[in-house]
Amino acid sequence: MLLGIGAVGAFLAVDLGAVAYANKWVGAGAALTREAFIDRFQSVFGTHLGFRRNHAKGVAVVGYFESNGNGGELSRAAVLGPGRSPVTGRFSITGGNPFAADAPGAARGLGLAIGFPGSGQWRTAMINLPVFPVNSPQGFYDQLLASKVVASTGKPDPAAMAAFLAAHPETAAATEVIKKHPPTPGFADSTFSSLNVFHLVAPSGTRTPVRWSYVPRQAALAPAAKGDDVLFDALVRQLKTTPLQWDLHFTVGTQDDPIDPTLPWPGDRRVVDAGTLTLTGVETERAGNARDVNFDPLVLPDGIEPSDDPLLGARSAVYAASYRARTGEPKTPSPVQVDQVAP
Amino acid sequence: MTATVRYPVRTRVLHWLTAVLVFTTLLIGFFMVNSLGSYEALVRVHMTLGVSILVIVVARAVNRLTHRTPKLPDTVGRFEHKLVIGSELSMYALLLAQPLVGWAMVSATGRAVRVFGGWPLPRIAPFNADLFFALRQTHSVLAFLLVAVIAAHVSAVVLHTLTLRDGMLSRMTFGRR
Repeated sequence: MLLGIGAVGAFLAVDLGAVAYANKWVGAGAALTREAFIDRFQSVFGTHLGFRRNHAKGVAVVGYFESNGNGGELSRAAVLGPGRSPVTGRFSITGGNPFAADAPGAARGLGLAIGFPGSGQWRTAMINLPVFPVNSPQGFYDQLLASKVVASTGKPDPAAMAAFLAAHPETAAATEVIKKHPPTPGFADSTFSSLNVFHLVAPSGTRTPVRWSYVPRQAALAPAAKGDDVLFDALVRQLKTTPLQWDLHFTVGTQDDPIDPTLPWPGDRRVVDAGTLTLTGVETERAGNARDVNFDPLVLPDGIEPSDDPLLGARSAVYAASYRARTGEPKTPSPVQVDQVAP
Repeated sequence: MTATVRYPVRTRVLHWLTAVLVFTTLLIGFFMVNSLGSYEALVRVHMTLGVSILVIVVARAVNRLTHRTPKLPDTVGRFEHKLVIGSELSMYALLLAQPLVGWAMVSATGRAVRVFGGWPLPRIAPFNADLFFALRQTHSVLAFLLVAVIAAHVSAVVLHTLTLRDGMLSRMTFGRR
């Protein structure tokens, strides 16, 4: 009798203990989890139900990517063979408050799902910076808090920022690079870059490290004169009258080039022009459009693979947590209302 | 005591294969949703294991119809016999539903489940965020139900085997009795 009860007890202890450990109900609590990121976004920007925890403010776009086939030399991805793929995308501004006023200096985002919703689709979430300000999940986590705006001054606490930069010299160096590339007037003339390194895999199996950028073909309309949505309004007005285009440039790295996204690559690296993105339509975020797409940078087609950059896995994990949270929350209309912008 | 009759070899093989896969898949599942660096890599393993379980459980369900189960020991009364049937049926139902819910949940996000290092499976649900959330919550509930049902299943067999000494476990084991 005791033997049986003891054995059952031992089994349950091991089984349920393993489940509890895997769920992090017990054991090491110090490791940075994706929930810690969600909590930090919410503590810095407030909790805005139904919105992304970062890049909360945005507008949905549709169009197509016309591949010229030049990328086929480096990658066997079908989307880089000659031909056209449908695109669903989203422009955004960094930060977790969807109702914040557009700030010209805030990082602008472009998420694309090329070939959506097919099995060979390529998702990418890019920003308009030349390099990323941090090179580790911990750096991102610390930077969020150091950048938190103090209500009384409207700026981050200088002491907190100085302490953060002292602890993260890579961010101090990246900030200098970013300062040399001031933001353009609008979304339409911004260059959007992957920043993280990926590998293109050729039909032969050869793996080539690359970074990619979408380089604008047009000037942007001047930001709207007034309101909280000066950048979005200008983008919407422009897209209502004319398609907008960007060329996809792969910068081809060497095996010695850093995968650290705070470090620029040498300027003489070969660039492959792989095709043109044409955006033809703009929509207010709603159920069933880009609002409901998680622009997870690790949703990649066969022929494009992630590098060892630890930020990629962390982005994928945190985006998934944000997606799960917001899909279960009540929705508030986005402040960027396309039909309220005159063409 | 007469020697217990065992399940056919193919049934025993499928049973223990399922046990190992389900235990691994559950643990990876609980672990990956808290993992920052290896989340995506673990999700890929989890999806491959889940689809493997689905295939094996379908095979088991078919196989289960090809033979009667060996007689239960006399220690199992009428009421417990009903529990045995209920527990077996609920495990089959959970093991079939859980991979399908996971597959549908990923499909509802507008992407394909990829297994065995890249093979895309067809999407089995429309792109719909509300549907995703409902399936995502269901996937967690079913995971904990599986843990509970498996814990009850193993506890019952261990109690029978060690306390009542009725040879319950040997119906499913190999080698010497």
